[in-house]
Parts: sequence; structure tokens; C-alpha cells
Amino acid sequence: MADPRVARSGATLTLTADATAGVEIFYLEAIRQALFEEMERDERVFVLGQDVGVYGGAFKATEGLQERFGKDRVLDTPLAEEAIVGGAIGAAMRGMRPVAEMQFIDFISRAFDLLTNFAAKNRYRTGVGVPMVVRGPSGAGVHGGPYHSQSPEMYFVKTPGLKVVAPATAYDAKGLLKAAIRDDDPVIFLEHKFLYRRVKDRVPEEDYVVPIGKAAVRRAGRDLTIVTYGAMLWTALEAAAILAKDGVSAEVLDLRTLLPLDEEAILASVRRTGKCLILHEDTRTGGLGAEIAATVSEKAFEWLDGPILRVTAPDTPVPYSPPLEEAFLPNVNTLLAAVRKLVRY
Amino acid sequence: MTTSLPPQRLADLYRCMLLNRLLEERLVHLYRQGKVVGGLYRSLGQEATSVATAFALDEGDLLAPLIRNLGSVLARGIPPRDILTQYMARATAPSGGKDANLHFSVPEKGVYSPIAMLGTLVPVVAGMLLADRMQGKRTVGMTYLGDGGTSVGAFHEGLNFAAVQRLPLVLVVEFNGWAYSTPYEKQCAARTLADKALGYGIPGEVVDGNDALAVYEAARAAVNRARMGGGPTLLECKTYRMKGHAEHDAQAYVDPKELTAWRVRDPLARFESVLEASGAMPAAERHRIHDEVESQLDKDVAFAEASPFPDPALAFRGVYADEGILERGRAGVFTGGL
Repeated sequence: MADPRVARSGATLTLTADATAGVEIFYLEAIRQALFEEMERDERVFVLGQDVGVYGGAFKATEGLQERFGKDRVLDTPLAEEAIVGGAIGAAMRGMRPVAEMQFIDFISRAFDLLTNFAAKNRYRTGVGVPMVVRGPSGAGVHGGPYHSQSPEMYFVKTPGLKVVAPATAYDAKGLLKAAIRDDDPVIFLEHKFLYRRVKDRVPEEDYVVPIGKAAVRRAGRDLTIVTYGAMLWTALEAAAILAKDGVSAEVLDLRTLLPLDEEAILASVRRTGKCLILHEDTRTGGLGAEIAATVSEKAFEWLDGPILRVTAPDTPVPYSPPLEEAFLPNVNTLLAAVRKLVRY
Repeated sequence: MTTSLPPQRLADLYRCMLLNRLLEERLVHLYRQGKVVGGLYRSLGQEATSVATAFALDEGDLLAPLIRNLGSVLARGIPPRDILTQYMARATAPSGGKDANLHFSVPEKGVYSPIAMLGTLVPVVAGMLLADRMQGKRTVGMTYLGDGGTSVGAFHEGLNFAAVQRLPLVLVVEFNGWAYSTPYEKQCAARTLADKALGYGIPGEVVDGNDALAVYEAARAAVNRARMGGGPTLLECKTYRMKGHAEHDAQAYVDPKELTAWRVRDPLARFESVLEASGAMPAAERHRIHDEVESQLDKDVAFAEASPFPDPALAFRGVYADEGILERGRAGVFTGGL
């Protein structure tokens, strides 16, 4: 890969190959460290979920936590998402800072009512805030099939009172999880499982947070803006590097937070480039791309030199078999085809 | 009459049950005048269950009612004016007009709002008790559910979690015969709702929900057990919903003979006759309490009626701790970018 900002060694991707300070860690380790450091920092922080204790979580995000913090603060629960999320809500209402793990984020549907009707509305209705985090592995690309690959963000982005975060880098995974734990409102934290052991960053040894609600320009460009988040950031960067060789300068904007959306960053970028393409792994209809397209159309119409395009998964469940899943997911080629069309427009 | 309640608490219990009933009568009046915004949910005939269970809690304990447990929040010291302003959607209401009826929280009094989706309070109150235990507090929590609410999944998940964690939870299951118009035989095949406790490995008890003193003793035993580390109790109170689901519901699906049969078991009249027969409270004292409650309600109704409706700007406040999130471009009715 020619772009110096995206270094690739084997299957590992990183944004900060030039950095020398700090320690290089995987995305998954970044999450584990954020939990560990927040639990060290604040005794109100505790973790609950299925198999989070001795086993260390299905993906090992909580490995070693129970050993350090004990069974009360790393609480193994029954197989019951309503109990996990409901319990976290109640604990948050009484002064704790719970972090609830969904073993796969697909199972968050079991707690939909508690999240959208209880947690999201509690501050508004009663003045009692619910400072909790519900985190879990999201997204496709690992052949998990229809129930271990979903991108559930829009169920929650549609719900005022929640915040929804989806980091794409190890640095952000750590900094955003810390910010989520310190936030006074409920945060849905979508970890992309494809990135767990594929992306690495050098992260500072000292404490840092990445603010919720702020997007990041990952690559500056002049000809169009690719707005994306999660694992698709890496697809966008790969495409941008190829486009650069053809003389096309693509700006890549990583949303990082999906609710509240960083409208300013999106509009500023589109006003610079005049063209907007939204890339996401979530399905098309009612996806975040639709909201972004509407916002850009309302607020940056005069700057646009072409239609706002979307490159997304189709409106189907996530299939299991590798060729089917590959057909389902947007990739560099589908993205390049759309970008070239838009650039020519 | 046998009771562990000292004379003053006995008088308070009576006053609270009477307040529950008379406040509802005022609300019916206001409803008919069109001053209640939305529905009115009665607890006529169920006052002993709500009031006497909540009386078993101590200072610092938690209570999360359902919509029909008006008496339970009165027992925790919520003043009638809060209920009136809630039902009338005024700015002075504890929710500021953002939500209706008993949907409000007063954390200083340990009172936490339900949501309309039944059963959700069971895991949430379990989580509250977990938090308190982690903070070294010996708080007991009480919440309520009806014969319909025990069919919901959250009831099961929450009670199972509380049982596994041996949390100090008293779940009062108020069997009043109806879930809106659905009778028990279409709701559940269990012999009693208390039988469900067996599946969680916790005590399940049945008490005459129209006998205030029996309800108190059963609830107090459950509260004591919870505080001593004995875990949750499912306490089923057998009572009867004397009115429809809400005031608009003429309950045509109810056999009038059933209502007649339950009318003679009215919990307030029963308590009055017990107080009188035992010499615990002479009629003159009851009348004095009655007059005091009525004059308090006169003042509180006047306060509620004089209260303003909320400022429309409040609609856009309080979604997040950081008010700036909504102010940055999305507050107010959205009318596009032009």
C-alpha cells in the first residue's frame, strides 16, 4: 500500500505507523485496557455480562479483569440480556458506572425495550440520568451468519437520549470507551469484531479520551468526501490510496460517533470537496447514509457538484457462507466503481 | 386485631389509605371536568395492598410503583399535590409535565418511576439494589406487578437475576383479576402467581390483599428477610380491581355479581371496622382524620388548578446531560435547512 498513513504488515492495519511514542496494541487490547484503567480510576465502574468473569468474555475483552477487581466488579450474569441491561440501568441510577457486555451485539435486540424506553428516556422524563455503557462486538466479515454479524446502530441512532459510538482504530477504541464510561448518559458502544485483532495503533501510555460527537478526517482530499465509520474506514482508505494513483483526491471522514452526529465536520468536508459519498456496512434503507444525505442536501446543497451517493450493504440479512457474505459487504471494488462515477459526474 | 404496628403508625396507615381513596375521588371529579390530561387509573378496592406493603419499608429504602399503586407513593411521603399536578400536566408536577400520572421519580424519597412497558422495573430495581449493596448500603427495594405483568419476559429475567444474586427485593404481585379486560384464566395457567416463585428458588406467599394488617405483616416479613440477606420474595396480594382499566373503561366485561361480592370486602371499610371493634381508633378520631385529609386536598387541588402549564421550551430540555447537543442545530420542530 502506497499511502504512508496506512501501513500494512500481513493482515494488520494501522494509522500511525510513523508514531514512535506509546505502545502498539490491537483494537481488542485497547478495549480491555480502557476497561481496566477506568476500573482502576473510578470504583463506581463495574462490568457485567455473560462469561465476563473467569472466562474473560467470548472475545477476551474482559480477560484478567476479575482477577484484578474481583467477582463483584466483574459480574457474571445469567443468560438474560434484559437482566443485564436492566440491571445496568438500575445500578447507573443509583450512582454506579456499569459497563454491560453483549456477547454479540446482535443480542442487544433482547434488551431493546430497556434501552429505548427505559434508559434513553429516563433523564428526560424523571431527571434521573443513566450513565452506563452497553458494549459488544458488531459487524460482519468473520462468517458469523445472520445472528452474529449484524450492525444494529440505526435502531439506537433513531432514539433520542442515547449516544452511539463506533470506533475504527485502536486509539479511538480506547479513548472513546473511556469517554463513554465517563459520559453522564447511556452510550451504545459498537466494537467492530473484524477489527479486534486486525488493527493496531500506538497509544499513549498516559490517560486520554477521544471526545464523543467528533468525527476525524483520516485523509484529506479535494475531489470528493467519503463519509464512513467502523471497519469500512479501512475499505475507504484503501480505495483512496488507489484513487490517488489515478489523480483522484478523496477525503475520508471517519464519523467515530453516530449519535450525536458531527454535522459540522460532514458539512465542512462536503463544502470543501463538493461531492459526497457515504459508505457503510449497515443495510441501505434507513441507514445512516440516508440521514447524512438528507442533512447535506438541506445544508450544503449549493456546494454540491453531483448527487449524494451511498455504498452500503443490500437490504438483506447478513448471510453466512463466505461467497455470500462477500457479495453482501461493500468492498474496495464496489466503492471504487461508485467513486469513479461520482468523480466523472 | 393483631398487629406489630404501634398506635401512631396504625393511625398513619389508616390516614394514608383514606388519602388514597379521597384523592382518587378528587381526581375523578377533575377528570369529569376535563382537567385531567389523558387517562385516570383507579386503585379503588386495592388501597390496602399499595399502602400496607409500602408501609413495611424503612427510611432509605426504594420503591418503584406501577400506575395503580398510588397509595404506595403516598405512603413514602409524596404529597397529593404532586399527584394532582402530574395528572393535570402542570409545570409544578415532579416530571414538569413531561410524563403523566405516577410516571415520576423523587430519588430523595427513594421513589422511582415506572415506564409503561410492564415488567421492566424488575431487572431495573434489581440493578439498583446491586448498586446499593456494592456501596455497602442495606437498602431494600420494593416494586409491583399485576397478574398481566407476570406474563412478560422482563419479570422472569429480573426476578431470576435478583434470586441468583440474593438481592433484597420484595416483588409485590397484585392479583386484581384483570389485565385491562383479560381475566386470569386467559393470562396464566398457574394455580397462583406466588407458585411462580418456586421456579426461582425464592419464597412465594399469598396474602389477602384487602386486609391491610395482614398485608403489612406479610410485607414486613419479606422486607426483614431481604434485609437480613435472605434474598427476594414474591408476595401475591389477592385483591380486586373495582373499576375499569382506566376511567374511560365501563368494564362491561365484568360480571356485576362479582363486583357486588367484592364490594363487601372493601379494604377501607374493613380496616375501619377492625379499628373500631378493637378500640384502636374510635369513630370520632376517624372523622377528625377524614376532615384533615379533605382540607389538605382542598388546598392541593387549588394549588394544582392554579399551577401553570409548562413553558413549551421545556420540550427541548433534558434529553442529555449536555444541553448543547440538542441546541447544536436540532432543537425545535425541524423545518429543513432553508
